[in-house]
Amino acid sequence: MSETAPIIARGLTKRFNSFVAVDHVSFEVKRGEILGFIGPNGAGKSTIIRILCGLLRPSEGQVFVTGVDVALKPEAARQKIGYMSQKFSLYGDLTVMENLHFFGGIYRVPSAKRAERIRYAIDMAGLTGREDALVSSLAGGWKQRLALGCAILHNPPILFLDEPTSGVDPISRRRFWDLIHDLAKDGVTILVTTHYMDEAEYCDRIVLINQGRIVASGSPTELKHTPLGGALYLVECDGVGRALHVLGGTKGVRDVAAFGDALHVLVEESFGGEAAIRTVLAANNIAVTRLSPIEPGLEDVFVSLVTRGAAAVS
Amino acid sequence: MNGAPAIDVRNIGKRFGTHAAISGLSFSVYPNEIFGLVGPDGAGKTTTMRMLAGVMRPDAGAIVIDGVDVVSFPDMAKARFSYMPQRFGLYEDLTVDENIRFYADLFGIARKTREERAARLLAASGMLRFRDRLAGVLSGGMKQKLGLTCALIHAPRIVLLDEPTTGVDPVSRRDFWRILYDLREDGVTIVISTAYLDEAERCHRLALLYDGRLLECDTPAALKRHMPGAILSIVSKTPRAIRDMVGRCAGVRDTMLVGDSVHAVVDDADRRLPEIERALSASGLDFEPPTRAEPTIEDLFVTLQEPRKEAAE
Repeated sequence: MSETAPIIARGLTKRFNSFVAVDHVSFEVKRGEILGFIGPNGAGKSTIIRILCGLLRPSEGQVFVTGVDVALKPEAARQKIGYMSQKFSLYGDLTVMENLHFFGGIYRVPSAKRAERIRYAIDMAGLTGREDALVSSLAGGWKQRLALGCAILHNPPILFLDEPTSGVDPISRRRFWDLIHDLAKDGVTILVTTHYMDEAEYCDRIVLINQGRIVASGSPTELKHTPLGGALYLVECDGVGRALHVLGGTKGVRDVAAFGDALHVLVEESFGGEAAIRTVLAANNIAVTRLSPIEPGLEDVFVSLVTRGAAAVS
Repeated sequence: MNGAPAIDVRNIGKRFGTHAAISGLSFSVYPNEIFGLVGPDGAGKTTTMRMLAGVMRPDAGAIVIDGVDVVSFPDMAKARFSYMPQRFGLYEDLTVDENIRFYADLFGIARKTREERAARLLAASGMLRFRDRLAGVLSGGMKQKLGLTCALIHAPRIVLLDEPTTGVDPVSRRDFWRILYDLREDGVTIVISTAYLDEAERCHRLALLYDGRLLECDTPAALKRHMPGAILSIVSKTPRAIRDMVGRCAGVRDTMLVGDSVHAVVDDADRRLPEIERALSASGLDFEPPTRAEPTIEDLFVTLQEPRKEAAE
């Protein structure tokens, strides 16, 4: 069993009446890997997490957590998982230490080990000297690291993080991700769900989910090289708003988005590239100051794959 | 940026008890720009928005919107703009259309005008199909777009939007921004706050807020040019080992693991890039040649914030 991936999903399907929330999804997460699940609201991310935690039964397929069949032994599977969501985890009117003791009890950390694990969590979170502070008085970055400490008190081999750093100040965010990478180095397997691309960038590998299916997966760099079904250009011109409309209504232009005084324009391969964009804008008396091909960001890839999926369905 | 500012904020401050939520904040928003108030949770974005909207009084300083002193005459100023707070008051047990009608009636909009505007705004946000749906069952992104439609139904010339895209997925966020650019095309001035630093790139100018203070205020491109040093990106199959190695190289101020790559902040890219490449080759680790990465607003934030943090701790 030592070779078995810590998280395995095979043909996972969940139906709610006639609605298929998760549609034959299969994936594995290796030991020490940080896997990001990204997808729009309602894509099926949280349904998959609930199934992995044994809180929902799949309609079809199987999930294994450290080799344990979750449907057969949900309690045993949950013991292997730490879960952190930024929103609901901590008690603001309890102190740092009281929160840690509370979660130590919930996770049934043996009392012989509890003091040592709590010490570890306080060190990791950089909360030494703040043990008696009320959690509500802590800044966002501290709270977030404390929540992480609480989630790993029982030393779980698997950690689920739900939008762990959205809205947190950038320095705290980077420190948090350093901690996550340290945990991964120690062999903890980590699954992150988010719809923020800048969080997804920190993951080793990303799985993009839309309408209950996996539509793409790979490292952030690989995903950025996903064929978008066209070429992406940066266009700086007069009257960005008008150019947005003109290009948006042109056949062969797949997507246009405005960024300040510039546009990102995705055109089909057959459109004719830069020259064709110039022709369209010139015909509408829009002067171009800069036009150059650019590398897509993760968000460009995400939007392209999701909207293409929607077009294929409708 | 020509002409008189649409919004002028002069040296405003706000305390809650002993906590200074906003200190000495000044900035100007010019007609027809999309101006971003950008910063992490707790930076003071919402407090600033509330003061701009005249629903909270600053302890000090002045705010003038479209020539009207908001602090002295909040009710008069309110006719000059539309304010969409984080939790916009939608009626969940009314349909999309009924919510719009309600807000149109509040502002005394004639039925014909209302119909035209509602149709245009709903079309722009892809919501025409959902006019008869109850607001309570809409997704988060749709609720925000309906909130925006209601806030825009009286065709305001200045719009204040407090974190409208929080919790909204990237596809709906694009729709939302498209509407903002349409508004701008019609001559509307927009102030929008966000905690998502990647979203900041969509604004014309930004005020970077941290801890109730203004760090910088300029266009995204100019802000990035001000960033000291440069960023090198190194893709590798073993990024953790690369980070440990590069972190020890001369001139490297900071390193970050970003998925399958390492970002290194260096003092001088021209000098350090070949040095680091040589060191990597000598190490025998797997890597692709380092490239320059454009700094993001987040990178800039970290460099601006770092000295403050150290001073505070």
